[in-house]
Parts: sequence; structure tokens; C-alpha cells
Amino acid sequence: MVDSIFRDYRGSNAERSDRSAGDRTRHRQKVRESIRTNIADIIAEESIIGKDKDKIIKVPLRGVKEYRFVYGDNAPGVGQGDGNTEPGQVVGKAGTEGPGGDRAGDRPGVDYYETDVTLEELIDIMFEDLELPDLDRKALREIESRRTSKPKGHRKVGIRARLDKRRTAKQRVMRKLATRPETDGSEEQETDEAERRFPFHTDDLRYRHVEPKMRRESNAVVMCIMDTSGSMDTMKKYLARSFFFLLYQFITTRYRNVEIVFIAHHTEAKEVSEEEFFHKGESGGTFISSGYVKALEIIHERYHPSIWNVYAFHCSDGDNFDSDNPAALRSARELAEVCNLFGYGEIKPLGSRYYESSMLSVFRRLNMPNFHTVLIERKEDIWPSFKTFLAKERASEGAA
Amino acid sequence: MADYDLKDLVAWDARIREAVAKLGLNCYDQEFELCDHYQMLGYMAYSGMPSHYPHWSYGKQYEKLKTLYDYGVSGLPYEMVINAKPSIAYLMRDNSLLLQVLTMAHVYGHNDFFKNNFTFRSTRAELTVELFKAHAMRVRKYVEDPSLGIDAVERVLDAAHALAFQRRRNLAIRKLSREEQVKLTMEAAQPKPDSYRKIHRPSEFQAPDVNKVPLEPEQDLLLFIRDYNPYLTEWEKDLLTIVDEGARSFLPMIETKIMNEGWASYWHKRILDSLGLDQGLYLEFLVRHNQVVRPIPGQINPYHLGLKIWEDIHRRYTNPAPEEIERDGRPDRTGDEKLFQVREVERDTSFVRRYLTAELARELDLFKFEPRGSDLVVSEVSDEDGFEEVKETLLRNIGTNSIPVIKAEDADFGQNRTLYLRHYHDGRDLHLEYAEKTLAYVYALWGRECALETVVRGRRILLIYNERGFSTRTIK
Repeated sequence: MVDSIFRDYRGSNAERSDRSAGDRTRHRQKVRESIRTNIADIIAEESIIGKDKDKIIKVPLRGVKEYRFVYGDNAPGVGQGDGNTEPGQVVGKAGTEGPGGDRAGDRPGVDYYETDVTLEELIDIMFEDLELPDLDRKALREIESRRTSKPKGHRKVGIRARLDKRRTAKQRVMRKLATRPETDGSEEQETDEAERRFPFHTDDLRYRHVEPKMRRESNAVVMCIMDTSGSMDTMKKYLARSFFFLLYQFITTRYRNVEIVFIAHHTEAKEVSEEEFFHKGESGGTFISSGYVKALEIIHERYHPSIWNVYAFHCSDGDNFDSDNPAALRSARELAEVCNLFGYGEIKPLGSRYYESSMLSVFRRLNMPNFHTVLIERKEDIWPSFKTFLAKERASEGAA
Repeated sequence: MADYDLKDLVAWDARIREAVAKLGLNCYDQEFELCDHYQMLGYMAYSGMPSHYPHWSYGKQYEKLKTLYDYGVSGLPYEMVINAKPSIAYLMRDNSLLLQVLTMAHVYGHNDFFKNNFTFRSTRAELTVELFKAHAMRVRKYVEDPSLGIDAVERVLDAAHALAFQRRRNLAIRKLSREEQVKLTMEAAQPKPDSYRKIHRPSEFQAPDVNKVPLEPEQDLLLFIRDYNPYLTEWEKDLLTIVDEGARSFLPMIETKIMNEGWASYWHKRILDSLGLDQGLYLEFLVRHNQVVRPIPGQINPYHLGLKIWEDIHRRYTNPAPEEIERDGRPDRTGDEKLFQVREVERDTSFVRRYLTAELARELDLFKFEPRGSDLVVSEVSDEDGFEEVKETLLRNIGTNSIPVIKAEDADFGQNRTLYLRHYHDGRDLHLEYAEKTLAYVYALWGRECALETVVRGRRILLIYNERGFSTRTIK
């Protein structure tokens, strides 16, 4: 046997130490895919309101299992005891990975695992194919959306990723020709030169230059109107706030310059701050019209519809005073006329729609194409209803 | 590095190799590479191979290992060795000098096992590293081919990985070629020689159907699909070959886990005992050694079980108890000779079957457990009545015996090009959700209806996957 070979530690060998980077990225893509298909469940299972954007959410992964033919639950196994094992002794739970935790790696249970994603990442995935529908061109555009960049010439300095190899090679050839000594054309000299190495020089490097480009879109304002009356119990408030939280996250992540107005109402309405909107409780009766009137007031004061795209969303349990219904209908119609989209979400936790009055029947008479209603009964409904309001397809649907 | 440098390792290595030679181990040349924990995680994710084709499952494996490591759920192994010639081992550079010495001794144990155990004969150790490198290059070529792309390649690889270990387990048994199978079938169909043929009516020759595919039930599913699905393109066939070759080279590892780890642990102990370590190092060695080979309650630690069996074999051939002499006769060779013989000719199944004695099982307190309701309940312990059953259950859970046996029985079932698979049921049912999803992979590769015959709760059923999706049918 010859002497053993020892290879000392090479820390900077990036290719070897991070060889799995590509496969990890691909795996992350699969995870995202899996999250996207299960997002409704995740939203339902997690209380995400008011959480820090860096909060880590555990998401069970269903889409990235590696399936094999494996044995099921009825397979017996063998373990090692402490010396006094007796028949009949319970050593673990069925369906888990065997006694004491980890058994052979061939069990299905092992493959089911959770991944950590930050809230921000999650929101990013969720909103990938949603947008504010029917955004019209208005005068005096202000919202910056979708930063893109376009190529603009070349520079001698830049980041590695933008290195233009073709141009760099050209520069080298040019420099080589320029530095060639004058020859009398004799054979000998030419072969000499061919043998001489002529490496790249920093001066040869050329980088593509790109300039950021901003696309401006129309001005938009989103009115969040929430019922905070006494009939809105904890569960209802939770559902409403979850909805608005998603909406708020959606707008702030996707649009850089959309204004948001928060209105809380019971018998009367007032404009509140974001903090108050999400965290403060109120009580009292309900005049839904008050919220709409307030919204209209704000729109006329600050966001004229000829310049602004207006979106209004209202969440309520629909437990309105009967006497207010005609007024509510009237103001809703008015609001729908000035808005690009007006959404009404009725919060009725399971069962309560059988004994509480509902605005859905009242609003049925409001036959406007840009007015939409949804019923939110459970946590699981939040995401689908959110999507109904903002799905990209709506634009084409409306046109058809 | 902590309390030593590379020169120390080289010096210790020379001493270890001296001991290795004196003790009679027979190794390939050895290469050691020092790495940090990120590199180690990387090697672990890719089964130790210096280069390996890309697939997202390795990224997943890496993330999983890293998460477990970061949260302290599991540490990293002290070393990793791959079966190659020369053998390559990775050492964690953060380990103490003693751990490195222990690890190197352990590595030589593995190295000797790779070189001498019969299951590794069929792997060509001198080509292992090159083989995986060639695989990597071919897969990358397909991924980068604009007309194929990563999605198309992954579709095949995902499916192939699912079936990679649906294969023949004992590579020492030669696989018959189609021609040989036809010849054997024809011979078997010939009438038996009859010494009374003068008075008997000659039995009629029934020509067997030699056109049936497969002639004998076929266990190498990937290769079978590759050879008998005429619609697969060349690159798809190549991917199946690549996955099959990869799985084939890992098969001996799976088949000898207990022997191999036990063997390396047994020899690192003997090597270090012979090095004359000073007291401080020796105490640290004992602590580390006991950490590695300690029994894990409720489970089987292959290091522990393997080491115990090897020690028991050595003891019985060196210093047998009187009742053992009475039962087995006097040993016909020395303990070391016996050890070297066993490491050459056994694999885990035969090793445990032959050398796990009732006394040893009792000492280890091995027990069998079964699911009962929502609990796992001990059903047998290693006493006089229970030992055989405990052993049988253990045998069914080691090596590839923990993978269901599934064979292709007919490639043209019902003259419909349906692939008919049969699960050879041994009392353990398949996990149905997994069976359904895996059958979908078979369908993806076969391209036509696939049927899998199995037994669920005592009833024979047929799982079917075709263009309409998954369905089941009871077989009368």
C-alpha cells in the first residue's frame, strides 16, 4: 500500500463548498409551487394579522415528497430495549417513526416535513398573480409601479453578472493588434508572437450598463371600510381584519404609491389610522350608510374620481338597522358609481347567517357591474374571497 | 485547526497503516480530504460523491440536513467514506486530534470491507468517481439542451428515482440474458426422460410461449421499462440508465450496513488499542467510541448491533464457553481467520441469520413491536420462544428487505400493452397513498396503463393507473 494522500482544507473553493446551490434553488421553487397551491389552508391556519414581516411561518409541504413503494402501518419492527422489556409494553405511537423517534429512513412519515418561510415571502408568493383590477388611465399619473430596467450602452466598471464577454474579448483582440510590434513579415517572428501569451487585462473588461426605468401608473386610492359595531364579535372582527390585512399587505407590496384610507364605522363613521383600524375595538349599533357617506365625503374632498382610481372594500356582519337599509343602498350605489371596484364582504361565521339579518339580499338590488359581494363564513373563505375581488382575470371577464 | 496540523495527521496515518498491515486488513489506497461542516453537508447530500448529477431532491436533502444540524437535532458524522479505488474519505477539520485518529482507523475498516466483501465485487471501485462524473455531465447536457430543458429532465428523473431500488438485490447472482432464459424455458418444457418409453405413450411436447415479455417476472423495473417501452427517446433511456447505475452502486452499502459499520467500529477499537495511546487520549477515545456504538433505546443502532456480533464471533472462535463447544464443536480456525472469512462472504441478511445467537439477542434485549390501535406494542422478546420470531422480523427490516418486492409480470397484459406488476406480499401491506403516487410515476415512464397487484388487509386488489387517473379493483 502506498502512502495515503492528504488534501488539506480549501475554504475558498466556492464551487465545491456550495455545489448544492442550484439544486437548493430548484427545491425552493418546488416549495413555492407547493405553497401557492395550499395557500388557502395556510392563511386559515395561521394568524398573520399584524405580524412582523420577518415572522417565520411553518408551512407543511405536500408537493415535494419523494414517493416510493414503501410499507404501510401494519409492518412490525425490531428494537433494542434496556434489558427488561416485557411483552405488552407500549414503546411508541403508531403512525410516527417508530419508538423513540427516528426509525429507518424508508417510512413515509419521514418525508413529511415543514419548511420555514417568512411572512414577506409568503405574501410575495400569494400576490404573484393578483392586481388592482380595471386600473384606468387618469390625468396626472403618480403611482410608480413595476420598476424595470433597460440596457443602455457599456461601461468599464460594473458587477460581474453584467460582464459582456463578447465585447471584452473584442477589446482584448483590439489591444493585441494595437500592441503588436511592427514586423517585416518574416516567418520566424510571427510564430514567436503566436506563442506569446496575451492575457486579458482589466482594461479589456466591458460591462453592460442598464438604467432603471419607472413605469408610472394611474393614481389609486383604496378605501377600507370596516364595521366595528357591537355585533361584530371577536370572531367576526378577526375575519374582517384578516381580510383587510391581506388587502393592506397586497397593496403595500405590489404598489409603491397607492393611498390607503381607513374608515371605521358603527352608527357613525370616522377616518382612523392604520394602527387604530387593526387593533381598536368599538361598540354600538350599525348604520352601514354612515361608512359609505364618509367614504364619499373623503373621495370628494381628496380623491376626485377624474384623477384617481378609487377602490372601496367594506366588511360587515350585515346586521344593519332596518331603517338604514334604503339609505345604505342609496349611498352604496353612489359609491359604486365613483369607484372602479366596490367590494362588499359579509362576515357570517358558521351558522350565524340563519338568525342574523343580512345585507346581501339588500345589495342584490344594486345591479352594478363593478360591485361585488362575497360571503365569508370561515377562515378558509378569506383567501378565495380575496381572490374573487382581485383576480387578474376579472378585467377580461368584465369586458366579455 | 485546533491542536494539530496536517503533518500530525500524516504521522498518525503512518502509525495506523502499520497497525492495519499487522492486523491483517487488506485495503485500497486511501485519500483523506479535510473539509468544514458546509462541505460535509454538501458531500452528505450527494452521497459523498465528488461530482453528482443535479436534482432538486439533493437540494432538499441538503436543506434538511442543514436544518437538523443547525437546530442541534443531529450532529455530523465524523467522517464519510466512499467505495472507490483509491478510497476517498472526508474528515471534519474541526474535530480534535483524537477524533481524527479514531476516524482514520475507522475509515481503514470500511476501506478493507469495500475491497473484500463480495457484494462490492460487482461495483467497479476504480470507476466509481468517474461514473458519477460522467452521469453528471450527461444530465447537465440534457438540462441545457434547449429542446429538452430542466422540466422534461426532471419529469423522467423524478419518476426514475421513485423506482430506483425496485431492482434485484443480490448482484452476485448473475442475471440471465433473454437468450439464456428462452433456452432454459425450452429445456424445461422438454418431456422428462422416461425409462419406460417403450411401453408408455410418449408425452406430447407443449411448446412454451417464448415471445412473452418478460419470460420470467422481472425485478429490475427501470431497465425493464427502458428496454420494453418502444416510445422512449434515447435521452429518456439514458436517464433511466443513469439512475439505475447510480442505485446499483449504492446497493451494496444498503445490503451491508450492519456488517460494514460494525466491522469499522470493531477494527478502529483494535487499531487504537494497539497504538499505545497515552492516558489522556485513550480516555477520550473510550468516551467517543462509546458514543458511537451505544445502543439507542427502542431502535437498532447498526454500529452497536454489528460490533456486538463481530465481537461475539471472535469470542466464540477464540475462547468458546464449554456449552458452545458441546453444541458447535471445537472451532476449526482462529478468531481472526473466521472474521476475515465472514467479512468476505456474507451480507447483512445472511450475517444476522447465521451469527446472531439467541444468547446475544437476549443480552441486547432485542424485541419485536407491532402497531396495536394507536400504540406500538412489544409483541415478542428474545426469550426461548420469541427469539426466532424477533430474528425473522429483524431480518425483514434490514438491508433491502425493508423495500417491497415488486416484479413486472407482463408487458402486454390483456393484449393492451398494460404493464402488469405484482407485489410479492409477505404480510406487510403497501402504504397506499405512496403506492398510488408511485404508480403514477410508473405510468409516466411506461406511457400506457399500469396495474399493480397487491394485498390490502387480506384482500387481493389491483391498483390501476391510466390516462383517466387512479382506480382500484378487487381481484376475485
